[in-house]
Amino acid sequence: MNNEAMNQTSEKKMTAAERAAMIKNNKILLDVDGLKVTFFTHAGQVKAVDGISYQIHEHEVMGIVGESGSGKSVEAYSIMGLLQKPGRIVGGKVTFDGEDLLAYSDSEKREFRGNKASMIFQNPMTCLNPVYTIGDQLMEALRCHNKEISKAEARKKAIEMLELVGINNADKRIDQYPHEFSGGMRQRAMIAMALICSPKLLIADEPTTALDVTIQAQILELMKDLQRQTGMAIIFITHNLGVVAEICDFVTVMYAGHVMEQGTVDDIFYNPAHPYTRGLLRSMPNLDDEKGKRLIPIEGTPVDLLDPPKGCAFGPRCEHCMKVCLTKQPPMVTVGDDHKSACWLHIKEMKELSSGEVTK
Amino acid sequence: MSGERKKLVETVKLRKYFPVSSGFFKTSHVQAVQDVSLHIYEGETLGLVGESGCGKTTYGRTLLQMYSPTSGKIIYDGQTIYDSEKNIRVDMKPYRRKMQLIFQDPSASLDPRMTVGEIIGEALDIHKLYPGKQDRADRISELLTRVGLNSEHANRFPHEFSGGQQQRIGIARALAVEPQFIVCDEPISALDVSIQSQVVNMLEDLQAQIGLTYLFIAHDLSVVRHISNRIGVMYLGCLVELGESYELCAHPIHPYSQTLLSAVPLTDPEKNRTRSRILLQGDIPSPLNPPSGCRFHTRCPYATERCAREMPQLKEHAPGHYAACHMLDAGA
Repeated sequence: MNNEAMNQTSEKKMTAAERAAMIKNNKILLDVDGLKVTFFTHAGQVKAVDGISYQIHEHEVMGIVGESGSGKSVEAYSIMGLLQKPGRIVGGKVTFDGEDLLAYSDSEKREFRGNKASMIFQNPMTCLNPVYTIGDQLMEALRCHNKEISKAEARKKAIEMLELVGINNADKRIDQYPHEFSGGMRQRAMIAMALICSPKLLIADEPTTALDVTIQAQILELMKDLQRQTGMAIIFITHNLGVVAEICDFVTVMYAGHVMEQGTVDDIFYNPAHPYTRGLLRSMPNLDDEKGKRLIPIEGTPVDLLDPPKGCAFGPRCEHCMKVCLTKQPPMVTVGDDHKSACWLHIKEMKELSSGEVTK
Repeated sequence: MSGERKKLVETVKLRKYFPVSSGFFKTSHVQAVQDVSLHIYEGETLGLVGESGCGKTTYGRTLLQMYSPTSGKIIYDGQTIYDSEKNIRVDMKPYRRKMQLIFQDPSASLDPRMTVGEIIGEALDIHKLYPGKQDRADRISELLTRVGLNSEHANRFPHEFSGGQQQRIGIARALAVEPQFIVCDEPISALDVSIQSQVVNMLEDLQAQIGLTYLFIAHDLSVVRHISNRIGVMYLGCLVELGESYELCAHPIHPYSQTLLSAVPLTDPEKNRTRSRILLQGDIPSPLNPPSGCRFHTRCPYATERCAREMPQLKEHAPGHYAACHMLDAGA
């Protein structure tokens, strides 16, 4: 049994590294380039997303981690065309499968949403309509995008989807109302609804935050399985680093509307480059910490987005803060193969390195 | 080892049922807390974990008699303050000074129309502490400094503070009456990750400085393991396992604790890939109509026919490590 476990370990290890390599060679599905979203409020302009860039390849599961107010949800809403007033996209480009998303008309956006890309949310109860049965809502999603399909066929497909997401007695459950489902089952039904048109991209906005750990584990397993089966790409938005470590291939760390660090999941957890990422990882207790270890918190309070700092957003809370950090925003620096980090420290290190080489 | 230590709080078979009307003349009960017997030593932190609906918050509040218990016994500092059999119910006001509560949602637990100074001062006024105007103001600013805010903050309103600072205000209010025992009901789950550790460290410092005793209720096992000396695991109103925190997390013996621990996502991708995970089938049954016998038997991978019949009792299986499971009895 021990041997078997060992074999499994090495096999899984290979697939993790291989997966990252495989994903990198895939076609780019979504390309976000310098996206800027501003909320024009009475109190002033809030730059919720301030120039973020990333790419999602086919089959990729990317985690976007950040605290509340880091802009991770706003950014996802903007991609889906769900951004509401007073928010407005003020800059940047979003390309999906070669098409410019921001140039879409309303009807094109409707065609895109649910069909090519869909989204699941934190609280399934607020997303499901309480006066329609689960089946009605599933079939509506399908028939919206496929006018030819008959009611009977749609129902058959809806039952299949419910079975796929692990709901027992799907043929009976389909006629029940959302309140008859438990929290975990509702989230499963939401996932079924999101996937019923076989989208290429799924945006999951804190899908497990409202759930208990044992149910969270079930949903994460389910999402992993479905991803492997359907090959869709997933953007997984969360503040829980454990969930990211569990499900993601690549990670983007956001803080106050800026990308702080990007890399593979192993880069971020084993070799974090940005002081914010390092601080986050250090401040969290772990189930395998030694006894009596004291937590090292990140001092200070989150950024007031109405009055953000001039330089690096994390500067005022950073233990390595230098003069330049308070005046100028750091550029994105490549620190490894797929690993980028926005911090002046890297520039300083590079300078020291190159001057060191010169004196040699 | 702990035999000589003083028990500050103890409950014996504490039970809390909430009546729910289910039709004309019919009442059924939500069995929120089912005969929980526990004691908390002076100066220790006892963590209470479990999924939502397991009764951990209800236990904390029943212990403080914010909810009147259905039956059982509560002993505080050697004094019986509630006993359903002998019909003892004491006036809680003097005990309120000794037992305080910190709430989960800091913004909901602070009155938006009162300044921070008024919020903290109210606690002093109720118990007639620091009656002089200057004394009172000094005490408020001392409390604010103690929780990492400064004295000018007394004139501001709660909405002017961030979530982490609001939680600090809630803690200052609890400390105002110089309590010995604080029930912390999910004090950090509404806070951002980078702020959580600040509050955890502050709670630890306060404990070291004033010798507080905590009942720390949370669902995040890694935080509970970090802050607690001992951990109790609850499932559907019952205490299923109790033990020293590191020991319990390293060697959980109750099947439910084992699944709970294996469900926690680790911040280590490699360990996540390699570890085996016990996935539970289905959801928590309703506490309105809990399963017969062991309440976990409907989801337990090891359940036998006996588990459906008899409710297992909490027994000591290793020094200081208790669990309620028939499987363990059979093995021993």
